[in-house]
Amino acid sequence: MGDRRLMKGNEALAEAAVRAGCRFFAGYPITPQNEIPEYMSRRLPEVGGTFVQAESEVAAINMLYGASGAGARVMTSSSSPGISLMQEGISYLAAAELPAVIVNMARGGPGLGGIQAAQGDYFQATKGGGHGDYHLIVLLPASIQEMVDLTRLAFELADRYRNPVMLLADAVLGQAMEPVSFVDEPVTEKPFRPWATTGWKGDRPRNVINSLYLEPEELEKLNLRLQKKYAEISAREKRWETVNLDDADVALVAYGTAARICRSAMEKGRAAGLKMGLIRPITGWPFPEQPFEKALALGIKKFLVVEMNYGQMVEDVRLVISGRGQVAFYGRAGGMMPTPAAIVEEVRKLLGRVND
Amino acid sequence: MRTVFAKPRTLTDAHTHYCPGCTHGIIHRLVAEVIEELGVQERTVGVASVGCSVLSHRYFNLDMQEAAHGRAPAVATGIKRVLPDRVVFTYQGDGDLASIGTAEIVHAAARGENITVIFVNNGTYGMTGGQMAPTTLVGQVATTTPGGRKTGRDGYPIRVCEMLATLDGTAYTARVTVTDPAAVAKARRAIKKAFQIQLVGKGFSLVEVLSTCPVNWGMTPLEALRWLKENMISYYPLGEFKGGGEVPA
Ligand SMILES: Cc1ncc(C[n+]2csc(CCOP(=O)(O)OP(=O)(O)O)c2C)c(N)n1
Ligand code: SF4
Repeated sequence: MGDRRLMKGNEALAEAAVRAGCRFFAGYPITPQNEIPEYMSRRLPEVGGTFVQAESEVAAINMLYGASGAGARVMTSSSSPGISLMQEGISYLAAAELPAVIVNMARGGPGLGGIQAAQGDYFQATKGGGHGDYHLIVLLPASIQEMVDLTRLAFELADRYRNPVMLLADAVLGQAMEPVSFVDEPVTEKPFRPWATTGWKGDRPRNVINSLYLEPEELEKLNLRLQKKYAEISAREKRWETVNLDDADVALVAYGTAARICRSAMEKGRAAGLKMGLIRPITGWPFPEQPFEKALALGIKKFLVVEMNYGQMVEDVRLVISGRGQVAFYGRAGGMMPTPAAIVEEVRKLLGRVND
Repeated sequence: MRTVFAKPRTLTDAHTHYCPGCTHGIIHRLVAEVIEELGVQERTVGVASVGCSVLSHRYFNLDMQEAAHGRAPAVATGIKRVLPDRVVFTYQGDGDLASIGTAEIVHAAARGENITVIFVNNGTYGMTGGQMAPTTLVGQVATTTPGGRKTGRDGYPIRVCEMLATLDGTAYTARVTVTDPAAVAKARRAIKKAFQIQLVGKGFSLVEVLSTCPVNWGMTPLEALRWLKENMISYYPLGEFKGGGEVPA
């Protein structure tokens, strides 16, 4: 555990990326994630990597496309409005099957919005955002340590599946400070990328990174290959955490910062005799149905989804529950946070124990 | 028998889809010849853009990446920064480079990105059917300028070489054409120089090639060449705008 230190979320994430072998970063400033490019601009040259401050998010994501295609481990970071601008490039990355890590330190929207934490980008992250049938793998950290661990995982998944991976965090996780430790084992050598465009010596098939298929049969083939990959990711990569489900009458469902608030709410509620549990998806896509099946099997019939938006992940929960339980929703947005007291109040309503 | 004329190794055997009489084909060949002559095929990575040349990744016998519309200079930046000892070029049309991709081209030049850009200016959006491009001449008819381009409504054409020449990061810009054999020879020299400038690490180089689009101009190939000479060159003068003289060592 030699390497335990107190770090700001954004910087911890950046350090984790460098240790995961990230050697190319391009980005454009936007609050509340500026510490990431700032850190990368100092740190990457120390390990022989490259930092580029792009002229826009549009350029940044396309620089990633080029660098990833040339064989490097690549990352960019931004916050909500900037991520919107990257959607064109994200669709191209997914189509060309290029590994890349994209960090969204989300803030309140829509539009220019504000700079406080929010979760209004869940739809955009998990349901697409760019054009066409594609999926990002979406990781949902709830602490700075987890952000560090999931950053490492993000690079591994991106490489394994040749797919862009999004770390969807928020302003709270980016700006807070917590003690973190890094995995000490050295990062494995950059994996050999036989498909990378590095110059053609005639010793392998010519490499072309492309997403244009003018013949419908060919384009359908690409789509079918992608769908097969997505099915494999769905089968293998769902992640979640459950807390206190065994004796619960109601399960809170939340991710990221909202899940942390739910933990406090759960403690408060339990102290007042309300049997509350928590289901916390760690992958937004693929969305884990297992913890919900478990909750239903345990006899839990009531679910309260808590989000820092006005109802996005709740749609995924309703789909999984499919009428087999009651799914209620509570959310605040625009940078306003649900409070533990308000969540407990919602639970009381759901359990019909308002006057307890 | 001695072979005096052959297809460069740096072109594939694929048949191109360009319309008869379109000068895209000549420009491809010049780029391919220069890459072969410089002996850098094995370390060249090309970036195809969106427009009629969208399939150029099928024609250049090189490792290639296909970029989104206008983003080729950003994609090339990513490649070059990761592989600084490789030769990286983009091949872009005027809609691609001077409209949707203006930010990317200006900033690649401003950064002095050590890449070479082949910029094919045919004054129109060929692939999408002849709409106005940023380079469409005043008075020129396009499908979206039915009465001819009018400055009050449509603004003025952009002179890319001159504009980029003002940037400190730009090492070389030249405008050429391929309307006759002498012009082709000049174009070849400019393209070679642009690549040589990259090879010696001097920074951003761009060659603009005035090109025809007989199909969308509604002309025969010969009429199109004549129209180009008579109308385009007066607005888009040929020559070197920055980095003239010998290739710096
Ligand atoms: C984002 C986006 N917008 C629009 C298009 C449609 N589009 C394809 S080619 C093209 C114009 C290309 O014109 P130019 O760059 O001048 O090349 P040319 O076809 O004349 O060679 C456009 C607008 C696209 N593919 N992507
Ligand atoms: S549409 Fe115009 S630019 Fe495109 S291939 Fe045909 S002639 Fe050439």
